[in-house]
Amino acid sequence: MTQTLLSINGLTKAYPGVVANDDVSFDIGVGEVHALLGENGAGKSTLVKMIYGLVKPDAGTMTLRSQPFAPPEPRSARADGIAMVFQHFSLFEALNVAENVALGMENPPPMRDLARRIREVSETYGLPLDPYRVVGDLSAGERQRVEIIRCLLQDPKLLIMDEPTSVLTPQEVEILFETLRKLSAEGTAILYISHKLEEIRALCDAATILRLGKVVGSCIPRDTTARDMAEMMVGSSLKTPEPSNRTLGDVALDITGLSVASPSEFGTSLKNIHLTLQQGEVLGIGGVAGNGQDELLAALSGEIRSAPDAIKLNGAPIGHLGPNPRRALGLLAAPEERLGHAAAPDMSLTENALLTGSVRKGLASNGFLKWGATQEFAEAIIKAFDVRTPGPANAARSLSGGNLQKFVIGREVLQDPKVLVVNQPTWGVDAAAAAAIRQAILDLAGGGAAVLVISQDLDELMEISGRFAALNEGRLSDIRPTDTLTVEEIGLMMGGAHGMEVAHV
Amino acid sequence: MIRVEKRPQPSQFWSAATPVVAVLATMVAGGLLFAVLGKDPLLAIKTIFWDPLFGEFSFYYRPQLLIKGAPLILIAIGLSLGFRAGIWNIGAEGQYIIGALVGAGIGLAFYPLEAWYIFPLMVLGGAFGGWAWGMIPAVLKVRFGTNEILVSLMLVYVAEQFLASMALGLMRNPDGMGFPGSRNLQQYGSAYNAELIAGSGMHWGVLSAFLAVIFAYILLNRHMLGYHIRLTGEAPRAARFAGVNPARLILFCLGTSGALAGLAGLFEVAGPAGQVTIDFNVGYGFTAIIVAFLGRLHPIGILLAGFLMALTYIGGEIAQSQLGLPAAAIQVFQGMLLFFLLAFDLLTNFRIRLARGEVA
Repeated sequence: MTQTLLSINGLTKAYPGVVANDDVSFDIGVGEVHALLGENGAGKSTLVKMIYGLVKPDAGTMTLRSQPFAPPEPRSARADGIAMVFQHFSLFEALNVAENVALGMENPPPMRDLARRIREVSETYGLPLDPYRVVGDLSAGERQRVEIIRCLLQDPKLLIMDEPTSVLTPQEVEILFETLRKLSAEGTAILYISHKLEEIRALCDAATILRLGKVVGSCIPRDTTARDMAEMMVGSSLKTPEPSNRTLGDVALDITGLSVASPSEFGTSLKNIHLTLQQGEVLGIGGVAGNGQDELLAALSGEIRSAPDAIKLNGAPIGHLGPNPRRALGLLAAPEERLGHAAAPDMSLTENALLTGSVRKGLASNGFLKWGATQEFAEAIIKAFDVRTPGPANAARSLSGGNLQKFVIGREVLQDPKVLVVNQPTWGVDAAAAAAIRQAILDLAGGGAAVLVISQDLDELMEISGRFAALNEGRLSDIRPTDTLTVEEIGLMMGGAHGMEVAHV
Repeated sequence: MIRVEKRPQPSQFWSAATPVVAVLATMVAGGLLFAVLGKDPLLAIKTIFWDPLFGEFSFYYRPQLLIKGAPLILIAIGLSLGFRAGIWNIGAEGQYIIGALVGAGIGLAFYPLEAWYIFPLMVLGGAFGGWAWGMIPAVLKVRFGTNEILVSLMLVYVAEQFLASMALGLMRNPDGMGFPGSRNLQQYGSAYNAELIAGSGMHWGVLSAFLAVIFAYILLNRHMLGYHIRLTGEAPRAARFAGVNPARLILFCLGTSGALAGLAGLFEVAGPAGQVTIDFNVGYGFTAIIVAFLGRLHPIGILLAGFLMALTYIGGEIAQSQLGLPAAAIQVFQGMLLFFLLAFDLLTNFRIRLARGEVA
């Protein structure tokens, strides 16, 4: 780790209206696991795109093993030993593993040799994978393995990983880390992008922290607390959401034997779900993405109907009702996808306030809209939730992710729900906005409402929810109090390691 | 290198300016076309755009503007409701024909009785005929998920065959000495859609078109149903989340656009056209699609676009007869208008930047 592999000096890249990277410099040693830490929009992606040859810097230089390094395109970066695993997989579902790997190669060897090499590499690094399996049948963790193996076959000197654990269970994360540690021991440097601080503390040798395109600090993660790193990332001290006194009331939401088919061909159907939610309670639902989270939200919001008795709100059967009758009864929801589901991108915030607010806020009479009252409602949301926007006439798509999410959550919270269901309330949201949203959820529960939080962020669920359950292939695990849960138990509730195993050698 | 960049939000300025820029660009490109055909381009443009309004014979052409514009506006208003919601009724021409046939059929059935209720009955019949023809693609789409574009378009050709059979058979004038075509409704007082003020071109259809514009404006801007229509077009998932029933919306949009097209057909057959003939339909139903988009699917825009389109029709005919321009050249000219409109439309949601090349 004494030798420097890649040295970055003063890299700068500006886009119209925003400087994505401003004079960024740091070094990565041979075999070092280097974390790149920062909030959304801090410039992490732009930086790795420059290293991978996807974007050309405006100023600054890089040296690779003391040689000037300025890849004009990803192909030449790969030739120099840089490999990258993207957050979103680029795999063809209809092809098998070996065919997918061959598609990414300049000169693929005959399929039989390639399959043998895939087997070799996968066994060496504890990533068991049958080269002849069709990718469409693989789990998210297994698909990631295909991407990693595709990179490893190039024998990389630097492996860039962009948020690799967002689709994995804790057990799968541990297996991935074993693989990465082994690679590092063999001299492969790893540039690890994440905002999950505990992971970085467990894995990385060094960390560079970016904020608004600038390097604001570096640290040795093992010797730094997660809180200190988070504060460097955000640039201010963080307020931890505080649960208010929880006194649980009557059962507000009662789901018994809810089974619904997914409306989407690639969705996950819900199978025999039971849960009860009390007034003043926050129940967290975890699970790897695509295990029925969207369907659960839709079944509760009324977008998917079910048997009347499957869902009861304060004792009244509502499974057969559509979204607006449910809103009238006090069951509100905020979906995961902000643009296009929770809000219409090209419509103004006023129009978007009407989207779910018309029933409870009385924004229409005899079908005729009260634009004045609607605008007041939108302004109230903007004010109460500190949504940064010039005004309610602006289009939803002009807001940043965090600001729009505050608007979407605020729109439901200000309607005084009896039961609120949220899916991924802080996904892609900066830390300050995330803290504000979590506080709003806790305050809502403190006021006697019942809240169901569906999230893939386990830290978030542990922080705000009193009880926890996990969705796995459309089934809900037992519901357990969060204060007695261990990470291993959570992992098993989420479906364990999906048949993965640890690196052998 | 020229780069196209998405605007953070739609530009108000370009949204209003693109139709004007498109008309100007059409004049330039059309002028070039006419020049290549060996005609004086300035004279041709003046003949098309100026003469019908302010030329020597404008006293004759101005009422024509209302007569030609009204059906276009009436149909386009109906279509725009569906287009806003992403429901594509391409078969207004067929609904127009069926509306005319049902309405005219009611009138002819009463002949020669004179009574005040005949014309109102015909109006209802026209709206019903168009509505029913529009409900065929609607019900098929809701029930079986068929594509409303294909079904509504194909039903145009069915309607045309139906029209021919009526003109030659059931509705043929018994006193017509064997010629195809029905009795002339202009000569049947109780069924005649006469001008409300003589010589103005203002008949019941023109009035209905204006009413439709106002109705659509209120619906889209002040009513929940109009909000749901716009929401469905912009974000279908958000619309479902807001509690919109997509099936009901499909039935409403296709039914309303069908009814308005049927009304347009009835007012035409009972007024300016006068009789059911084999070639009664002249493509208003298709041109209205252009009008709807030229008017940016906005009621006021459609009002203006309808008259603009009528102007190019009338001016085009003058240019044909006076300058000897081929009819095809006029159609190309009208096509250019839509082409340029769609092209310049890009500027509403995108801006163009000159920048250095980059892969990002």
